[in-house]
Amino acid sequence: MIEMQHIRKTYRVMRRSAGFKEACRQLFRREHDEIRALDDVSFAIGDGEIVSYMGPNGAGKSSTIKILSGILTPDSGHCVIDGLVPWKDRMKHVARIGVVFGQRSQLWWDIPVIDSFELLRDIYRVDQRRYEQNLDELTALLQLEELLRTPTRQLSLGQRMRCEIAASLIHNPRILFLDEPTIGLDAVSKLAVRDFVKKQNREHGTTVILTTHDMQDIAALAERVILIGRGRILLDGTLDDICREGGSGDLEQAAAGLYRKLDIA
Amino acid sequence: MKKYLSFFRVRFAMGLQYRTAAIAGMTTQFVWGLMEILVFRAFYADNPAAFPMTFEATANYIWLQQAFLAVFAAWLIEPEIFDCIVDGNVAYELCRPVNIYDMWFSRSMASRLSRVLLRCIPILMIAPLVPKPYGISLPPSAGQFLVFLLTLALSFLVSVSFYMWIYVLTFYTVSPLGLRLMVGSVVEFLSGGGIPLPFFPEKVRRFLEILPFASMQNVPLRVYSGSMTPGETQRAILLQIFWLVVLAAAGRAMCARAVRHVTLQGG
Amino acid sequence: MHRIKDCVNLYAHYVSLNLRSAMQHKASFFLQIAGQLLTSMTTFLGITFMFMRFEQVGGYTYADILVCYSIVLLQFSLAEMFVRGFDAFSSLVRKGEFDRVLVRPRSPILQVLGARFEFTRVGRLLQALIVFSYGVRASGVEWTPVRVLTLISMLLGGILLFAGLYLMYASFCFFTLEGLEFMNIFTDGAKEYGKYPVDVYGERMKKFATFVIPYALVQYYPLQLLLGRSDCWYCMLYPLGAVVFLAACYAFWRFGVRHYTSSGS
Repeated sequence: MIEMQHIRKTYRVMRRSAGFKEACRQLFRREHDEIRALDDVSFAIGDGEIVSYMGPNGAGKSSTIKILSGILTPDSGHCVIDGLVPWKDRMKHVARIGVVFGQRSQLWWDIPVIDSFELLRDIYRVDQRRYEQNLDELTALLQLEELLRTPTRQLSLGQRMRCEIAASLIHNPRILFLDEPTIGLDAVSKLAVRDFVKKQNREHGTTVILTTHDMQDIAALAERVILIGRGRILLDGTLDDICREGGSGDLEQAAAGLYRKLDIA
Repeated sequence: MKKYLSFFRVRFAMGLQYRTAAIAGMTTQFVWGLMEILVFRAFYADNPAAFPMTFEATANYIWLQQAFLAVFAAWLIEPEIFDCIVDGNVAYELCRPVNIYDMWFSRSMASRLSRVLLRCIPILMIAPLVPKPYGISLPPSAGQFLVFLLTLALSFLVSVSFYMWIYVLTFYTVSPLGLRLMVGSVVEFLSGGGIPLPFFPEKVRRFLEILPFASMQNVPLRVYSGSMTPGETQRAILLQIFWLVVLAAAGRAMCARAVRHVTLQGG
Repeated sequence: MHRIKDCVNLYAHYVSLNLRSAMQHKASFFLQIAGQLLTSMTTFLGITFMFMRFEQVGGYTYADILVCYSIVLLQFSLAEMFVRGFDAFSSLVRKGEFDRVLVRPRSPILQVLGARFEFTRVGRLLQALIVFSYGVRASGVEWTPVRVLTLISMLLGGILLFAGLYLMYASFCFFTLEGLEFMNIFTDGAKEYGKYPVDVYGERMKKFATFVIPYALVQYYPLQLLLGRSDCWYCMLYPLGAVVFLAACYAFWRFGVRHYTSSGS
């Protein structure tokens, strides 16, 4: 059970502008901008749900994910996940979650994938029997058989993503965060990833929170969609709600229409 | 010419953006200069007669070296150039209607110059305030100062054309990082970055003075305090010009060959 | 006790992965070792050239200086080999990889240390050992139990001191990624200028190196005992003062992590 209530977060960022003259001027004076990343965000997610978290770039998606995964402390508000406050009980909390950052790899570049898995086994203190069980299951479902002995650098993007997802599940997390899991993947890999996530959710009851720009991902996976823009939750409903509000049957069109209508693009 | 100038400007503006880095770099160089002078003070206290030049001249040498470090430093390699050779993206650079050697040359010059301009002024402002004989003193005459500027400019060009060779050789090596490290530290040392060249044993020094190493760093630093005779200075300037022409011409030809090689191999 | 063993095992796992990664590029690996050996040779040559001109400096002979220089180099390269993970810390933070560290239920320090070992520093270590054995013979150090203990304590203290400096550097990365160059004064600078005992640089520098950043505790004081210039047997305990320094750096690190999780940068 994930509960977020009235979460707020503001960043200070340095202003930098282009041009030679500006550069010289800024040698002596610096300006800061305040950016309200999250402005009173509240929602609750039950066990075993798949939720898509969508919104344009800079809407506050990654801030939310960071707070949920214990990396970021909000300025104010409450958040309890399975009885723990993520940023306060970080160590305990992160042992129960799995995170896939689509853009970054957690696998060791030069050595076979299986070695990275074994390291993760030790990091998460998974006992050997359970590790083997999980590995067998993941290997079968994600078709990793031939990839495990290959060094990461020789894998295609799709193959690597399958391994990344397996790596994030080696310790049976109860919640899985997927940050743009299908970015850059070919059609076959995308389908494989989606199928797997669904299956994982169905069979293990894993809660999945997904951020993505790929509307097809959302259509395939999520019954529930949370839309965020300018740090505020703007819609919490189903795909049908998105289509209705966005005024189009086509998902891509609907999302774009919605962004424009809400003026968050 | 205009396009090289614009590369130059972009790079220069980028260098200026990083104010904190500049202040940190200056502090570092100031401390290093200070430590270096303290070492020489200790040696001087033990045996002043063994000094190859006056203590003032030594202090000048060290402060100028720190102030103009970015002119000579071997470790100041442009990582982007380096990476694009290593990962084969150099092919994209070939799509531009410019000579790749000239472009990289102007780029190296720009990044070095932007560093130098930012960092030398404060050091040159503070170093004279350090009490005599540890601080920097004025050059003996205005004429001497002009000669110093001339040799400094030449050593800048020689250094850049020398370090261009690291990029060119990167095309041919299995261990670019190893090459960079090794060439960097050896050249740095041989051109007087470790201890001033006059402190080298006589024979080694004479040898190095004919090679491009002395032209890269030692000449202007010695000219400044007038510890070279006019004859020596003249000869040193001619050598600098000689090495500049040889290194740049050969490097340009070699670079063209390397690039052709890459395009033929398809990366 | 069980926890410590667990940590040691994980650390060992990291070491073996690093070693295997390095072995993937054998040619480059051995070339780099050779390069390390050669590059650090220049400092040695510099000292030698100076002593071809001068008999002594601040009362130390060529052999004395070689002993001092090689011990500092040993301290530095050992520290660099094992604490190198922190050297690349700014890029870890810049690329957001530290987030990954935080979503794992293990000590961040252990994970960062494990991320990268620089085995190529063996080259430098080798050079330090050669110079050390020569210097010791030339300076006529007689090995008594006290002197052996002093040497061990110098090495240990030195590694701890440099580890503290690296930790301090890493902690700064949480606040700014610019201008970290100035930390070089304390790390590379110590290696570079530690070749001469601190009293060579004058009384003020000695005070600084005793009370601010305690280089003198791992270099100057025990060195007097080692070279037979002093009889203060308790000087061999001085290097352990580095523990205090390391503790202070650790406190700073904790503060930095807290800042990171609240600013999310």
